[in-house]
Amino acid sequence: MIIDINFVGLIIASIMASAVPLILASCGELITERSGVLNLGVEGMMIIGAISGFALMTVTGSLIVAVFGAMLAGVLISTIFAFLTQTLITNHVATGLALTIFGIGISAMIGKNFVGIPGKEFPVLFESLKDTIPLISPILFGHSIVFYFAFALPFMTNYFLKKTKIGLIVRAVGDSPESASNQGINVRLVRYACILYGGAMSGLAGAYLSMIYTPQWIENMTGGRGWIALALVVFSTWNPIKILIGAMIFGGLTIIQFHMQAIGVRIPVQFLTALPYIVTIIVLVVISRDSRKIRLSTPSSLGKSFHKDN
Amino acid sequence: MHKFLIRSFVSSLVLLFTLTVAAVAKDVKAAFVYIGPTGDHGWTYQHDVGRKAVEAAGFKTTYVEGVPESADAERVLRQLANSGHDVIFTTSFGYMNPTNKVAKEFPNVKFEHATGYKREHPNVSTYAARFYEGRTILGTIAGTMTKSNVIGYVASFPIPEVIRGINSFTLAAQKVNPNIKTKIVWAFTWYDPGKEAEAAKALIDQGADVIAQHTDSTAIVQMAEKAGVYAFGQASDMDKFAPKAVLTSVENNWGPYYVDRVKAVANGTWNQKDTWHGIGDGMVVISDLDSQMPADLRSKVKKLQADLASGKVHSFTGPIYDQKGNLMVAEGKTADDGMLAGMMTYVKGVEGDIPK
Repeated sequence: MIIDINFVGLIIASIMASAVPLILASCGELITERSGVLNLGVEGMMIIGAISGFALMTVTGSLIVAVFGAMLAGVLISTIFAFLTQTLITNHVATGLALTIFGIGISAMIGKNFVGIPGKEFPVLFESLKDTIPLISPILFGHSIVFYFAFALPFMTNYFLKKTKIGLIVRAVGDSPESASNQGINVRLVRYACILYGGAMSGLAGAYLSMIYTPQWIENMTGGRGWIALALVVFSTWNPIKILIGAMIFGGLTIIQFHMQAIGVRIPVQFLTALPYIVTIIVLVVISRDSRKIRLSTPSSLGKSFHKDN
Repeated sequence: MHKFLIRSFVSSLVLLFTLTVAAVAKDVKAAFVYIGPTGDHGWTYQHDVGRKAVEAAGFKTTYVEGVPESADAERVLRQLANSGHDVIFTTSFGYMNPTNKVAKEFPNVKFEHATGYKREHPNVSTYAARFYEGRTILGTIAGTMTKSNVIGYVASFPIPEVIRGINSFTLAAQKVNPNIKTKIVWAFTWYDPGKEAEAAKALIDQGADVIAQHTDSTAIVQMAEKAGVYAFGQASDMDKFAPKAVLTSVENNWGPYYVDRVKAVANGTWNQKDTWHGIGDGMVVISDLDSQMPADLRSKVKKLQADLASGKVHSFTGPIYDQKGNLMVAEGKTADDGMLAGMMTYVKGVEGDIPK
């Protein structure tokens, strides 16, 4: 078949669209983990965001209320996690897993009344410019505001962590909570804030799925994307730019394998479906194999509880 | 005073006992085991609609959702059989062995297994729907409505049920339009809106202007709506999700069968059966035909529907050739149920190989 340049543009645009929820959730989780907290509840927070966004959109009819409501829902459910791990000093791993199970269950319960309702159309920006430049236009124009935000987020996150004072504080808390505490930093407060921020981003990622990407509510609709997002954070060695690369590879291979199937490439389909998972991990491991850099960027106190009372 | 207390205690015990006996004698309790959540708006959702019909007919029902097709299924079945259920419907192919195993342990409980073929004990029946009849109708519509002559098909897993659907669809489409090509994409999921949408998008980007699906969510018809191509609803009427894209839907209608079987248990007339119902018996329902379809196509489809229902037309009427050109069904013959149940080869005109 002839591959024309607009076709390539369309494929890249769909790859980017599929990467959005991963980027959002991963960048949120990255901040949480940089402060030393391991929250395995991403999938749960995401699905809560998905049902909250969809429910609010259906009930209030306002997309703005729905998007911010979904983020707020992510914040609220992550508050439970924050309270348990930071105030009651519970184990991060166990609490995070519980959060996921809780989120999936409660979203199914709330969602009972929202099954089988079509979503609303979400407005896109620069629609009129979509056919102006070949290849570039379908990539740049005609997307939702969340899409543009997601692609700015890794750069903003990078800037925040490297160039701002608050970013430095977050990293300090994650690397050595004792020293940070001795410097007069309220470790628990910083960690609370980072957990809630992670919750907000996961909630937004969920809302993107249920309101923009596939506008509908069905149970378990996040389909494990929260776990992929978590894996991206680790394999990117806590680097937001590498998260962007990883998310694009993962989304890209998922979509390209469908194209290969449709073209009729004779590779076992099971292998093609497994490809995104395998290649994403390999690529991220290869580009992050510098052990000195891994040591530098891994939050030293990740997943460890901090006991000092402030 | 003591006497009074004892007497009232004894009499209430007696009353309770008679009530329980009466309840056991009269009420039939039906249980349903689901593979997915009832909120999937697809396969399990439609079974649950059927369960509600049983409830509406005056019987008590319970259901367990999200039961994996593993040893867990046996545990759930045993528990349901132990807790006084008279008939248990197991609604996924993978429950076949657990159903037969547990049925042996509970000869007084009736078991009804969907889409399977094993009936190892007299208390096990099987039932399935001839969805391929619905796909004959979809293929006829797709072959007529396509302009690019490329039809996309999002498939789930390579099992006879899905292969049969692809073949039936392609044969019907070829009959009205010999130039069409059916492009298949395997999503390897029954149910993941994101993945399903991506699969549909890939097919649309490659020129498909009609999309059929054998996965459960509404993501595909929504993607078709966005891209301005046609699509068909799966399991339930999906028209409201994509009013412009959806031309019609094939609906699964289990209710009448379920009510029938539970009533048979109540009357004591239940017997072992293998049921395979199609459009004629109302287990497969074609939703309203969209007004975008030309009037003559609509009347053609109506006639086809009636002929499939009466048995005048069979979805697999020869001559049918496989991809290599070998004769599968001779001219004037129709495929028998044995061949349909084990169908694992594509017919001529389908592109690609079946994943192994």
